[in-house]
Amino acid sequence: MVADDISSAPADTGEDTGRSPALHISLSEIAFQGRSILENLQLSLESGKTTCLLGPSGVGKTSILKSIAGFLPLAEGSLIEASDHENLSGRIAYMDQNDLLLPWATVLDNVLIAARLSGQKPDSDKALDLLEKVGLIEKAASRPDQLSGGMRQRAALARTLMSDCPFVLVDEPFSALDAITRHRLQALMVDLMRDRTVLMITHDPLEALRIGHQIYVLSGDPVILSPPLHVKGAPPRIPTDEALQPRLQLILSMLGMTREDA
Amino acid sequence: MRFLRWFITLTGLLGIWAFIVWITDLPKFILPTPLQVFGSFLERYEILFHHAQTTLLEIVLGLTLGITFGILSALMISMHRGARQWFMPVLIASQAVPVFAIAPLLVLWFDYGITSKVVMATLIIYFPVTVSFLDGLNRTPPALLDLARLMQQQGKAGWLMKTWRLYRYIRVPHALPSLASGMRVATAVAPIGAVVGEWVGSSSGLGYLMLHANGRMQTDLLFASLLTLTVIAIALFYLMDFLLRRALVWQPDQTPPL
Repeated sequence: MVADDISSAPADTGEDTGRSPALHISLSEIAFQGRSILENLQLSLESGKTTCLLGPSGVGKTSILKSIAGFLPLAEGSLIEASDHENLSGRIAYMDQNDLLLPWATVLDNVLIAARLSGQKPDSDKALDLLEKVGLIEKAASRPDQLSGGMRQRAALARTLMSDCPFVLVDEPFSALDAITRHRLQALMVDLMRDRTVLMITHDPLEALRIGHQIYVLSGDPVILSPPLHVKGAPPRIPTDEALQPRLQLILSMLGMTREDA
Repeated sequence: MRFLRWFITLTGLLGIWAFIVWITDLPKFILPTPLQVFGSFLERYEILFHHAQTTLLEIVLGLTLGITFGILSALMISMHRGARQWFMPVLIASQAVPVFAIAPLLVLWFDYGITSKVVMATLIIYFPVTVSFLDGLNRTPPALLDLARLMQQQGKAGWLMKTWRLYRYIRVPHALPSLASGMRVATAVAPIGAVVGEWVGSSSGLGYLMLHANGRMQTDLLFASLLTLTVIAIALFYLMDFLLRRALVWQPDQTPPL
C-alpha cells in the first residue's frame, strides 16, 4: 500500500532509543461471527506515533483491534511484526471502550491489577504518580462506583499506562463522554502516551484529527482501507482549526458524506 | 416504623389464629390457642432450648460443609471443561432424588446421632451453592478476561499460577454476588434438611421433639417447637443476609434491608 502523496511518510527505522518501535500489521482476513468482513488489511504504525483507524460503526474496527491484541485468532497468512523483530507477547497494552474497572477494588488497586495478575511486585509509588498525572490522586482510595464517567476513563488510562508497554491499542474509550470531558481526556492521552506506538480506533473524524499523527480510513461497500493520511502539526490539535479543514473535507468525502448531507 | 410493622404483622396473624380457634371451637389437641402455645413454651422452655441446640448445631455444621463443598465443586467445574461434562449430570441427578427418600438410608448409614442430619442438610445446601457460584464464575465479562490475560503475558508464570491469580483477582470476586444468592437460599433451606433427618430417626432435636409431642397429643408443645424452629430459621437468614451485605458493599443493590 502506497503512502498518501501529500506528505512523505517519515522513515521508520525503529532504532530510536526511548521510543517505541514501529509495528507492521498485515491481516489476511477479519471475520465477524464466522463471516468474512475485511480482507488484506495492511497497517503501518509509525514508531512512537499515534495512528487513528477511522470508520463508521459496525465496520469491524473492534475486530481488527482484537485480532492485533491476540483476543481473536489470526487468519492464516496474517503477520504482525515489530520493527525491532522482538516477540510481541507482553508488550501490548489495551484500552477498551468500557473502562473495565473492577467494582470491588479501589482506584489504586485497579491501577495495580496488571502487576498482581502477572505476579510482579506492585509499584504503588508509580501508580500514585500516574494517578497524580491523570488528576485522580484524591480518589485513589475510592471505589469505581464513586467516580464519574470521565474519572473512570482516567483511571482506566492510568491502568493502561502502568505497564510501560511500547504498543497501546485503544478502542474509542471516550465515545460515551460529554464533549468537554472528551476534549480534556484526548489532550491528556496525547500527553501521557507520547513516544508510545498507539493505534486508536474511532468513528469520530474530529477525534482522529485531534490526536492522530496519521489516519487510516475504512469506508465503502465492500469496505476498503485508505492509504495513511498524515496530518500536519503536533497533537493535540484543535480540529476546527482553519488549516485542518481540507483534511476534514477529504475524510468526510471518503466516508461518503456529500455537501447535501451538511 | 420497622418494629411497628413487625408488631402489626405478628399480632394480626396471632389474632386470626385465636379467632379461628374461638369460632370453630376446636379441641386443644387439634389446634391450641396462641396463649396455650405460649404457656407451653414458658413451661417447657428448658426442654425446647435443649433440643433447639441440637438442631442449630446440625444446621450450622450442614451450612458450613455444604457451602465449602459447593464452593470447591464450582471452582473445579469452572476450571476444567471436562470436569463440567462429567460432574454436572451427576449433580443434577443427585437433586432429582428427593432428600426425603434417602433420609432413612442416611440414618441407617450414619446412625441416629447428629451425623446423618448434618449430611442431610449438606446435601440440600450443596446444589444451590454450587450452581449459583458456578454461574457467577462462568459469567466473567469476556472483555475483562481478555484484558486480564493480556496483562498476564507480562509475567513469566506457568499455567497454574496464572489460573490461580486470574481466579484470585478477577473471577472469584466477580462471582461473589452470585455465591451470596446461593448462600441465602442455602440458609433458608438448611433447617429442612436437619428437621427431616430428625423425623426419620433421632433422640434429640426439634424435629424429634415435634414427633414426640405429636405422638402424645401434646399439640401445644408441637406448636412451640415449630415456633422455636421458625425463630432460629429467621434469625439465621437475617444474620447471613447482614453478613453478606457487609461483605459485598461494592455490589449495586436496590433492595432495601428488611
